[in-house]
Amino acid sequence: MKLRPDIVGISLILVLAPFWLPLVHGYEALGTRVLVLGLAAMSLNFLLGFTGVLSFGHAAYFGLGAYGCGFALKYLAPSTPLAILCGMLLGTIAGALLGALIVRRRGVYFAMVTIAFGQVFYFIAFRWNTLTGGDDGLRGFSRQPIDLGFTTINIADNLTALYYFVLVCFAIAVGLMGLLLRSPFGRTLLAIRENERRARFLGLPIEQHIWLSFVISCAFMSMAGALYALLNNFADPKGLHYTQSGDFVIMAVLGGMRSFWGPLLGAAVFVVLQDSLSSMTTNWQSWIGVMFVIVVLFFPRGLLGFLRRKSQA
Amino acid sequence: MSLLDVNNVTKAFGSLVAVRNVSLSIEPGELRAIIGPNGAGKTTFFNLISGLFPPTEGTISFDGTDVTQLPPQRRVVLGMARTFQITEIFPELSIAENVRIGVEVAGGYRLRPWIRKAENAAIQERVAEILELTQLAAKAGRTVGELSHGDQRAAEISMALTLKPRILLLDEPTAGMGDQETYEVTALIKRLHREGYTIALIEHDMRVVFNLADRILVLDQGSPLAQGTPQEISTNEAVQAAYLGKTA
Repeated sequence: MKLRPDIVGISLILVLAPFWLPLVHGYEALGTRVLVLGLAAMSLNFLLGFTGVLSFGHAAYFGLGAYGCGFALKYLAPSTPLAILCGMLLGTIAGALLGALIVRRRGVYFAMVTIAFGQVFYFIAFRWNTLTGGDDGLRGFSRQPIDLGFTTINIADNLTALYYFVLVCFAIAVGLMGLLLRSPFGRTLLAIRENERRARFLGLPIEQHIWLSFVISCAFMSMAGALYALLNNFADPKGLHYTQSGDFVIMAVLGGMRSFWGPLLGAAVFVVLQDSLSSMTTNWQSWIGVMFVIVVLFFPRGLLGFLRRKSQA
Repeated sequence: MSLLDVNNVTKAFGSLVAVRNVSLSIEPGELRAIIGPNGAGKTTFFNLISGLFPPTEGTISFDGTDVTQLPPQRRVVLGMARTFQITEIFPELSIAENVRIGVEVAGGYRLRPWIRKAENAAIQERVAEILELTQLAAKAGRTVGELSHGDQRAAEISMALTLKPRILLLDEPTAGMGDQETYEVTALIKRLHREGYTIALIEHDMRVVFNLADRILVLDQGSPLAQGTPQEISTNEAVQAAYLGKTA
C-alpha cells in the first residue's frame, strides 16, 4: 500500500503533539480534548458528509457513551477498556433502535426527529438523580491504569500517557472509518449522498444502508463520549443536549464536511478558540458563531477545503 | 410469451386520469418507442412500468412474473433498468466510480466492508467493458458533473447497463440536447440494440424515433391512439391529426 502524504502528515503532527504543544502555549489535556471532540465530529461526518444525512441529535450518543463508561467504572468494575466497551454498547444499541425508527425520514424531518430523540435522553439524564446524578452530572468514578500484562500504562495520573492512549483509540476508530469509506459498502453511502433516486434504481435498499451508516456513526460517537468521560472523570448531562449536537455539526462544517479530515481541523479550531477566548470573554460563543458564518458564506467547503484549493492553485 | 406485458393499466391522481387503459407488450430484442404530445402521460406510463408508483387498475408482468405492486429496487433485481428525463447520476464522482458502484451493487458486494484483489480486478474489468461499449473509456476519470449533457446521459445509460438489464427503459434520452449530442446518444442506443438489448424509450424528437424504433406506441391524453411500425404510424390518420399534424 502506498503511503498517503495526508495520513503521514497528520500522524506526525498528532504523535509529536506532546512535544510541540508546550511551545505554542498548549497543554496535553487540550490536545486530548481535540482528539476526543475530533473523533466525535468525524463520526458525525461519517453520516453527514459521506451519507448525506444530517443528524442534529448526535450528542445523545456521545452522552450515552460517557454515561455508559461512567456507570461501568462506578458500579461494575474498575477497568478502563471495559468501561469504553460499555459506553459504546449503550450508545450503539440506542442508535440501532432509534435509527430503525427514523431512517424513513429525510432532510429537515430527519434532523427534527433526531433532535427530539436526543432530548429524551437529555431529560432522562437530567431527571434520574439517583442513577445519573441529575443536573450535577455523574461523578465518583475515575479512569484506571491499563494493565497490558507485561506492563501497566498509568493513564490515571500521567496526562501524556492518557494522550497517547486516546490517540491509539482515535487511530483505530478513524482507521476503521477510513477503510469502510473506501470499501464497496462505503461507496454505496456516497451513492446515497449523491443521488438517492439513482441509488434506488441501482437496486440499493436505501433505508438499510442509511441505518447501517447511522449505527456505525453512533458507535464511534459513543466511543468519543466514553473517552470524554475518562478524560474528565465526569459525565455531564449537557453532553447529551442538542446544543452539544449543534457544536458537533459546527465543527464538521467549519472544517469541511466533504473531506475526511475536515471535522478534525474544525474540532481543533473550535476547542482552541473556546480555550483561549473563554479566558478573555464569557461571550466566546459569539466569536465562534461569527467565524462559522464567515466560513459558511465564503468557504462552503470548510477550512480544509479552502486550504486544499489554495495549495492547488 | 412477451418479455414485458402491460395489461390495461390506468393511473389516476385524484380526479386526473393521467394514463387510461394502456396495454403494451414488448418482445425480447425489440426497440419500442412511446411517443405523444406533451401531457400525453408518457412519463407516468413509464413510472408505472418501472415501479415508481403502482397503477390504479391493470397489471404489469415481466417475464411471466407479476410485478404490478413491486417497488423499483425489486424490479431492478428482475432486470428492469431505467434512466430519467433529468439525468440521474452521482455528480461529484468520476465516471468510473459511478459505473463501479453499479457493478459492485449488481455483483452483490453492497454490504462488503472489504474487497479482495481478484474481485477488484473482475469489477474493474467489468467497468472497463461497459465504458468501452458506451465509448466513455477515455473520460473514465472525469467528474461526471462537469461533463457535457450527452456524456452525462451516456454515463447514466452505463450505470443502467451495470445491472445486466433484460430491458432498458429510457425516458427521453435526448431531451434538451443539441444535434451533435442527439446524434451521439442515438448512435449509442442503436449500438445497444444491435448488441441484443431490449429497449423501451420515450422520445420527443421524431427523427430519433423513426430512425430507431422497431415499433411505436402513440399516446394521446393518457389513452393509446395507435400502435405499429414507424411506417404505419407515419401514415396513420388519427396520429397525423392528433400529433404529427401539429408539429410537422
